[in-house]
Amino acid sequence: MLYKTISKDNFRKMLEGLMENNEVMGPRWRDRDAQGNKIYRFLKLNNFDELELDYTRTYSSPKNFFLPFKENLATYKLGDSDWEQDIHYTIHPRVIVGMRACDINALRKLDEVMLKSVYPNPYYSARRENTIIIGLDHEPLEDCFCRSMGADVALRGFDLFLTDIGDKYFVAIGSDTGYRILNQYDAQDVTEDDQLEFKRAKQEIESKFKTQVDVTIVPELMDLEFESEVWEKWGDKCLSCGSCAMVCPTCYCYGTEEEVDLTFTHATKSRCLYSCNLLDFAMVAGGHNFRPDSHIRLKYRYYHQFRGFVEAFNQSLCVGCNRCGVACLAGINPKDVIDDLITTEKL
Amino acid sequence: MKYLGIPLEKPKVAFFGFTGCEGCQLQIANKEETLADLLGAVEVMSFRLISSDKDDGYDIAFVEGSITTEGEVERLKKIRAQAKILVAIGACACLGGVNNLRSRFPLDETIQEVYGNHVIESGPVRKLSEVVTVDYELPGCPISKAEFEWLVRHVIVGVIPQLPQYPVCVECKQRIKTCVFDMGIMCMGPVTRAGCNAICPSNHMGCWGCRGAVDEANFESFIEILRERGFAEREIAERANFFNAFSGVDVIPQLEG
Repeated sequence: MLYKTISKDNFRKMLEGLMENNEVMGPRWRDRDAQGNKIYRFLKLNNFDELELDYTRTYSSPKNFFLPFKENLATYKLGDSDWEQDIHYTIHPRVIVGMRACDINALRKLDEVMLKSVYPNPYYSARRENTIIIGLDHEPLEDCFCRSMGADVALRGFDLFLTDIGDKYFVAIGSDTGYRILNQYDAQDVTEDDQLEFKRAKQEIESKFKTQVDVTIVPELMDLEFESEVWEKWGDKCLSCGSCAMVCPTCYCYGTEEEVDLTFTHATKSRCLYSCNLLDFAMVAGGHNFRPDSHIRLKYRYYHQFRGFVEAFNQSLCVGCNRCGVACLAGINPKDVIDDLITTEKL
Repeated sequence: MKYLGIPLEKPKVAFFGFTGCEGCQLQIANKEETLADLLGAVEVMSFRLISSDKDDGYDIAFVEGSITTEGEVERLKKIRAQAKILVAIGACACLGGVNNLRSRFPLDETIQEVYGNHVIESGPVRKLSEVVTVDYELPGCPISKAEFEWLVRHVIVGVIPQLPQYPVCVECKQRIKTCVFDMGIMCMGPVTRAGCNAICPSNHMGCWGCRGAVDEANFESFIEILRERGFAEREIAERANFFNAFSGVDVIPQLEG
């Protein structure tokens, strides 16, 4: 990988340049919580000053820029005996700035499913290929456990990745596009001082991780503790509201629906992200529900994240951002659930 | 009217209002951008808000409002006898609605408070399904215009309309809105049926449950969460009982007159 540095002034110019011709999204503050703290969200930036690079976390992940909660797959013009199908999945190139390493690694996990499977997803692919990603390091929050999940460092999946080293950014270059953009804004070669500052910044980040989740034996535990009462303990609290999957950077389960308009001459097929925690997730034609119990649905969500995905792709689906834990009103979070599984006999 | 070459029958529909504000019927009448398409898809036999013409030859009855008098019971039974499909529309028809709050106080006191010594007939407040068989329910205060058309399309092509079986949280999170609980606001969203596109919570107003309880809601856990977050019993009771959406749920604190 190539490394360069860019001054913060030039970084600003670079983003302003990108904003002239592309949609640029980044963390902006949206609301304040009851304690007065800012609540952030990835939103379109109208100017550089809206960008809050010192943001803590966004409550929802940037997944929806690649897998929208609802997307139109096709529209149809209905005839008497046939129909015309119209499919669009081209998008104008756009930029997301300020993504964390965990969110970039989340996209790489989605890539495994969406791009590398037998039937790649052209809608996802169009968005992924046409989105310039500028990542940004940050000091871990109290509950970040991305380090335990091996998702705290992004080595691929971005165009540029920034680490703040004072009055400039240390930049890892992850693509030709990133290289070309950066070089238009007076990027400098890395000096020995820059390297020292970079190491210092990385060590500072590493020293601040507080939450650890021991996931070494979790895939086996998922099998061994399949009947554990841990699932009922947490399942009893679960509201089956699906919030965890909605804010998750990697949950990708979905349903499709077809709708006809009121004139019965036009129809659309759309795809909606869904959650395995919702009551009718495993409902089939005829009305049988394979997973009517809330604790079983909760178990299978963890099973997919920490066991099923490992079997298929040799890595967990979870990246350790704990957005699900923050969103859950009932306080269900991966650290506590996994800790419980590990120490199950103490229940 | 044809769908993929197959002729469709234009259903004969009628709209009726009982005890309520007529806001739901208004939602249907004022959806101007698609009103022409709607009128092309159904034959309106009776709809007091848009025309004084009346014809009792309808097949589908859309009924708004709750039932509060013996006269209303008789009228509703007549409608039921005529209609092949009876659809309850709005929180009053589906749940009892705001009107039901009156049932929590002694009847004569409430009449005295509002009407003084004027004599009026008023009985217990009932939702439609307590009086007649209801085929489909379109809840909400008011109903969603889009969901009304969705139901009409289903009925015309003969597909059973199935309301979302997930709570409001899903739609709120899909709109990437801040959870109002984080802002210290109470919200019935986690136990209320979705379909409203989370219009209240996404505008920083907690949900009041106007679409009724979602299937198999976890009330025990939810009420516990409200208490842990410091909401007072009275506050919980007022919100949870407002639309009579959760009647019969014993863990929900009741309003005391």
